[in-house]
Amino acid sequence: MRNIWVIAEKEYKHYFISPIAYAVAFAVLLFLGVILYVNILAASIQMYAPTIQIVLNPLSTLLLFMAPAITMRALAEEQKTGTLEILLTAPVRDWEVVVGKWLGSILFLITLLALTLPFAILLNSLISPGIDQGLMAAGYLGIFLLGAAFLAIGVMTSSFFSNPIAAFYATLGILLVLWVIGFPTEVMSQSAGVEILRFLDMGMHFYSTFLVGVIDLKDIVYFLSVIALALFIGTVSVETRRWR
Amino acid sequence: MIRVQSLTKDYGSRRAISDLTFHADKGEILGFLGPNGAGKTTTMRILTGYMPPTSGKVTIGGHDVIEDSLAVRKIVGYLPESVPLYNDMTVFEYLKYMADLRGIKNARRRITEILELVQLEERSGGYIGKLSKGMRQRIGLAQALLHEPEVLILDEPTIGLDPKQVVKFRELIRSIGKDRTVLLSTHILPEVQQVCDRVVILNKGRIVTEDAPEQLQARLMGSQRVEVRVDLNGTPESRLNDLLAALEKVPGVINITPKTGGRFEFETAPGQDSRPEAARLIVSTGFDLLDFHPIKMSLEEIFLQLTQDEPGVPESEVDEISQESREFNEEAAAGQAGDNQ
Repeated sequence: MRNIWVIAEKEYKHYFISPIAYAVAFAVLLFLGVILYVNILAASIQMYAPTIQIVLNPLSTLLLFMAPAITMRALAEEQKTGTLEILLTAPVRDWEVVVGKWLGSILFLITLLALTLPFAILLNSLISPGIDQGLMAAGYLGIFLLGAAFLAIGVMTSSFFSNPIAAFYATLGILLVLWVIGFPTEVMSQSAGVEILRFLDMGMHFYSTFLVGVIDLKDIVYFLSVIALALFIGTVSVETRRWR
Repeated sequence: MIRVQSLTKDYGSRRAISDLTFHADKGEILGFLGPNGAGKTTTMRILTGYMPPTSGKVTIGGHDVIEDSLAVRKIVGYLPESVPLYNDMTVFEYLKYMADLRGIKNARRRITEILELVQLEERSGGYIGKLSKGMRQRIGLAQALLHEPEVLILDEPTIGLDPKQVVKFRELIRSIGKDRTVLLSTHILPEVQQVCDRVVILNKGRIVTEDAPEQLQARLMGSQRVEVRVDLNGTPESRLNDLLAALEKVPGVINITPKTGGRFEFETAPGQDSRPEAARLIVSTGFDLLDFHPIKMSLEEIFLQLTQDEPGVPESEVDEISQESREFNEEAAAGQAGDNQ
């Protein structure tokens, strides 16, 4: 168990050595900052109070594109440099390696989310009597779960490849599919298949719920299931590396 | 300490190692010698718990490497051939990470100890990416020794080192190996001679033979070869030829090979020491005997002989060749035994 934390800590520290983390943070915060500014401008002209959604909404889309970058190296790089062989011959279980890597990326996610808090504080000071804190709590919880799920899928996909760039594109592909899979169902008639597609759609579990302040157990279960499944598949993939 | 029984590993349809059986006792330095592709790395990867065998049984320290993999990994230190390291970590950070993964208490102190052992204390704060190959190898070794393992498995540890570094590294292995079991793979023959207590020779996934380096030499040198030098001193060639002709008649002398400058070689048949009579003959014929010494078969020749690979030899014939080596060895051993009587 301790091993998970050791690996997570190392991964987390490592993010701040590589330029990827800084690039991701820079891109995210810059983009959010600009959007925030534009939104506030529009709101002041049109006389309405913006909510924290103007931060969280773009953030969710940004995470979709950043998660592959954050996780692409996780296992693919270890495989490429051969350091995975050392990890797998150390007294560490395979699943501990996968979970540890994921946890490291989660810590980075939390750091990133914390960096967006100034936006919330800023917004709070601009609006009276202050932003809807319930909405903010639900929103951030939702974003956290969404991001955690993205990262789990990213770590899983990283374990399939020994080339980080390939892992990046594969993760992006998978995330995009899961992001839009429910869209077409808007115009389709009700049926079991449509229900399933709607259920799989990650966006739906965020936009119609957390983003609008609704914390529903079924959505939490959904995200936790995605995380568990992805990490499980990742573990199996690492195990099969031993056979190749 | 290490017990391997009938170990077999297939990669799909390719059989990498076949029915290997060998062992290494506590405190022994066992060498794994073989040409590239013989199956040395595959065997080591199975022993370290990195990959499972197709069939066979391996126990290290009494623990089965499949059922009790974690217990095995706790007592084994492993250095893969590629010496994989994290280039953007400092030496200390890396060893600390490894120490933490292994749950070593007082990691700081242990790391300092280990760095002193491999003589890299001053580089503790430096980035691994900036180290030379020899230093990287020593860091890899430090990583393998960090948890004071009872068993060390080293895959071609001196590849890429310069001669001075190689000497130092071998000394290190010898001193470390005193109270540990070391399994060392290599295709550098002098290494085996200098470092290992015993050697297992592998070819095409099978064990060809297994013995101590000196014994191997003795076994394959069923017959003795002697190099002789006599003082020519203006002697006509015909006189030398007469001598050689007479030498041939000495019982037990076979294969006389003349060389230049008054030198020649001859071989004695297994079981017969014809050297005294040969020496007497040379001297009594009036030649001044300047040099008379046995030629040891070098490990290189042993290796080449045992791993003889005719182009296009089918798998089934490799068995025959191995079998022939075995028979040859047995005859030679019998002959040698007779010789020593």
